[in-house]
Amino acid sequence: MSDCLYTDFAGISFKNPVVLASGTCGFGREYSEIFDIERLGGIASKGLTLNARGGNEGIRVWETASGLMNSVGLENPGVREFIRRELDWVNGLDLVNIVNLGGHSMEDYIEGAELLNDVKLDILELNISCPNVKAGGMNFGVKTEVARDVVRRIRRVCRHRLVVKLSPNAEDIVSLARACEEEGADGISLVNTFLAMAIDIQKRKPVFENTYAGLSGPAIKPVALRMVHQAAKAVSIPVMGMGGIVSWQDAIEFIMAGATVVQIGTGSFIKPSIALDVIDGTRAFLDSKGIGNISEIRGSV
Amino acid sequence: MPRVCSKIFSNEQVSGDFYLMKAECPNDARMGQFYMIRAWETYPVLSRPVSVFDTDGKTVSFLYKVVGKGTEIFAGLKAGGEITLEGPLGNTFPDLSGKIAMVGGGVGIAPFYLTARELKARHPESRIDLYLGFSDQALLVDDYRKAADNVIVDVGGFITDSIDPALYEHIFTCGPEIMMRVLYEKCRRAGAGDRLYVSMENRMACGVGACFVCSCKTSKGNKKVCKDGPVFPGKEVFGL
Repeated sequence: MSDCLYTDFAGISFKNPVVLASGTCGFGREYSEIFDIERLGGIASKGLTLNARGGNEGIRVWETASGLMNSVGLENPGVREFIRRELDWVNGLDLVNIVNLGGHSMEDYIEGAELLNDVKLDILELNISCPNVKAGGMNFGVKTEVARDVVRRIRRVCRHRLVVKLSPNAEDIVSLARACEEEGADGISLVNTFLAMAIDIQKRKPVFENTYAGLSGPAIKPVALRMVHQAAKAVSIPVMGMGGIVSWQDAIEFIMAGATVVQIGTGSFIKPSIALDVIDGTRAFLDSKGIGNISEIRGSV
Repeated sequence: MPRVCSKIFSNEQVSGDFYLMKAECPNDARMGQFYMIRAWETYPVLSRPVSVFDTDGKTVSFLYKVVGKGTEIFAGLKAGGEITLEGPLGNTFPDLSGKIAMVGGGVGIAPFYLTARELKARHPESRIDLYLGFSDQALLVDDYRKAADNVIVDVGGFITDSIDPALYEHIFTCGPEIMMRVLYEKCRRAGAGDRLYVSMENRMACGVGACFVCSCKTSKGNKKVCKDGPVFPGKEVFGL
């Protein structure tokens, strides 16, 4: 391929390295009615769990300076319904189909991954930022050794390309990234949302029913970029970088920090087709610099 | 669903925190639908869902209340300025005829101007009574009188006290959730629970059904207010 945006990620061909992030684009249908989503490199599905979930009660979204907190709580139809209702449609699109899987117990993760083994998809993105209900709600992705155990056991059953999505709330993002590589992940993606909080001062209560929520958007970009840089330097598997990308300049920063693919999440709420602007702007930048392929600037900083 | 940068024709304070904005925007918006609106770049991050007050096909107008940062920015916009409109989005009030009541509370009166006009145009024989409830000051009552057969106004009390659901074949409502819930209970007790349609409001992020932020519990499972709604049978939402 001679296209300057063509990207290989763990043996998967992306026509460009721009992907819509899990949880912000459903399963792609809604945005497909608004813009040509086949111009995207890929989409990451809404986070699935083994069984359907109704999601969290109360307020689910709250704005903060240049950012957004959410507490949707993984509302989703469950793996089986996804396979029945959505998967064929996504597979029919000319883009990389990334299916995001979460879990609230080890058993759920494994059963979910086993069900997905039998169907066609390009990449399984493993969300380890879920609370483990059997361990007091502690997030699987905080302690390296807990996360390592999840990755090891999923790797044992998963026959797809496996990308582990890291939580920025990890105690040590570098050791977590290394653990994923050691356990056989094909790649990592980071960062998920930052644990955050807002208080309703009139009611003297947290805004969110769960007290804490996940912060995303431009507010987290510099921290996310730093974490992508650190993780990418520490591993030799490819990295999907994300966190507050809303422009082609942001995307190029993540590529220069070492990301092979970038994901756009909150940015789509600013403008549904913002990812297309990122693609066009990135291509124009590479052309203007006479760069033959985006890999030439990857990890250059 | 087009996204257009629109020129503002007018943007005037109606009363207190309420404003009426009219923008140039070729559209086929229908009763009960809304637009995601923004007049800024990346901050605030989210666009604001605002229901359609009126349309003539070439322009669209919005009645909004200043409640936070986004609507504060809207209030400061001048004629000749620009806003970005995405829409029209969501479903519509059902196309029904007969004796119809529309019950709006506060800024929840907004969708009923177009809804009354549209239903009157489709079914001239229908009778439409508008019930408008305000906490401190009535607004646009003369305009609403032109759109409906009868307008009942309540200021400072409970508009739900003014209506006898048994008199109507269909009842539409939009406003504070507590008001709509009280109205549903009143309808149910009058044996008219099935006749009520509610327009739900919720915080939204994408506005098109992709992000699961505006989910609403219904008797048919979770529904997306932006895509499956905003209009639902009252019984599905409040009859749980």
